[in-house]
Amino acid sequence: MIEVQHVTKRYGPVAAVDDVSFRVEAGQILGFLGPNGAGKTTTMRVLTGYLPPTEGTATIAGFDVLEEPIEVKRRTGYLPESPPLYPDMTVREYLTFIARINRLPAAERPSRIDRVMERTSVGDVADRHCSKLSKGYRQRVGLAQAILHNPDVLILDEPTAGLDPKQIIETRELIKELAGDHTIILSTHILPEVAQTCERVVIINKGRVVAEDSPDNLTGRLHGAVTIQLQVDTLGADPTGTLQAVPGVASVNVGEPGSDGRTVEVQSAQDVDVRRDIANAVVSNGWGLLEMRRARLSLEEIFLQLTTAEDEAGEETSAPDEETEEPAPATESADE
Amino acid sequence: MSNILAIAHRELRSYFVSPIAYVVVGLFALLYGYFYVASLAFMVQFSSQAGMFGGGPQTVNVNEFMIRPLLSNTAIILLFILPFLTARAYAEEKRSGTIELLLTSPLSDMEIILGKFFGAFALFLLMLAVTAVHMGILFWYGEPELGSILTGYLGLALMGGSFIALGLLVSSATRNQVVAGVGTFSLLLLFWVLSWMSDSAGPTAGAILSYLSILEHFDDFSKGVIDTAHVTYYLSFIAFGLFLTAKSVDSERWRG
Repeated sequence: MIEVQHVTKRYGPVAAVDDVSFRVEAGQILGFLGPNGAGKTTTMRVLTGYLPPTEGTATIAGFDVLEEPIEVKRRTGYLPESPPLYPDMTVREYLTFIARINRLPAAERPSRIDRVMERTSVGDVADRHCSKLSKGYRQRVGLAQAILHNPDVLILDEPTAGLDPKQIIETRELIKELAGDHTIILSTHILPEVAQTCERVVIINKGRVVAEDSPDNLTGRLHGAVTIQLQVDTLGADPTGTLQAVPGVASVNVGEPGSDGRTVEVQSAQDVDVRRDIANAVVSNGWGLLEMRRARLSLEEIFLQLTTAEDEAGEETSAPDEETEEPAPATESADE
Repeated sequence: MSNILAIAHRELRSYFVSPIAYVVVGLFALLYGYFYVASLAFMVQFSSQAGMFGGGPQTVNVNEFMIRPLLSNTAIILLFILPFLTARAYAEEKRSGTIELLLTSPLSDMEIILGKFFGAFALFLLMLAVTAVHMGILFWYGEPELGSILTGYLGLALMGGSFIALGLLVSSATRNQVVAGVGTFSLLLLFWVLSWMSDSAGPTAGAILSYLSILEHFDDFSKGVIDTAHVTYYLSFIAFGLFLTAKSVDSERWRG
């Protein structure tokens, strides 16, 4: 449905997007992930025909964005980073205008607008001026605008920015619902969002794609070494030596004793499950094993790894695959 | 066509929900009213002076002594007012980000430009319509010649259209309304005063300068004469202005 091939966008000598390629199948949700300034918005603007690419081609539903921009725009709904509302119009007037410029037949407009307002739950502000809307409503009116003409492709630039937690959940649900009939690209720098809504993730940094896969695979691919977090009551003793002696343990990191025992982080060697032995070691010493869990690398950490690995590599950027297969270095925290 | 209408309708609407339409039409009516009274006073004075030599006040030609100077003054008022009507056209869309909406909707650049042009032009025609009241009074008390008045208004409409086209061009090049307004006004002023140089600039350069001068071409209209050369000038001015606006919008896209 969407095909991006070697797209580069330069502003003078600076490449905001550098040789980006990916494709999205019909009905899929693709998450576009990257830190601020990574080139997400620029890529999306190329796809919507707002910016022409310096090099490369992008096609939507088989139409080239440069050759047949009107055909592309007819099939694309776009929510820019800041919702493009006219402050002097009411929500209903605004959506009517959108319906007109998208050539929705006059007879269908009112019912279509009502339906979309209901879906995006902006019905209660239908007659309020756009300038008077809160950030959450602005964002949802922007979304209503994007889906009004029932486009094949939805391009959403940070659709949940500025929403409160309840609205974020509603918006994600809505996006998932839309995915059946629409092909969706959404950008975000919030990682759980990608894990929850997207089937595929493209991680982009400094204008380059550093990884492309499903969220599960991305987390899986980096699971060479495993970190295990323990909460142990060692009765004042230092568990370092004991744990180090367990076969398969690569390193041990002991925290200060607290009221609820010590926090210990044990890193195992590649592909060895050391949990049983650790538990035995703790118990045979007469210590209390209060908690043990496997710190799963969250997308957040993968993301940090990928984007910082890029930094260290500097100019001699290696192929994305090599980077993602580097063993995971110790992580400071694992919230998930 | 329906796209152009949709844009034009939105433009016109936005003039009326903001104070712009009321301020612009109101101040125009005020200034026009002042010049109307001044021209009327001048005509009355002229007619009584002419009567000093004969028996009592003489009838003078309303078209020549009243309407022609009035229309010339109107042209100047427009030169001051219209730049501020078009200043927001593109600048505001760029500032608020709605330009991204227009440029990613299935609209051609020209449809957007023409929509904006006709939106502003409709408000401008409404300004002119206000002066029908003043003209009506002249018809009530005197016998002006309708044909030449209509010709004068045709001239005003064409000239105003040129002002608007130039205004759109300048507005498309900036995101700041003040810059757009002052820029348009300065350019229009320059186009006006070009003719002042024409006498001292030598025959060829003088002819070119006076041809380019935007108000010079209005003179014949105010006399009640339709000269296709002037009509062509204004129409080309509008077309060229809108064409350059399209280029300006497109180049913005490439620069990002």
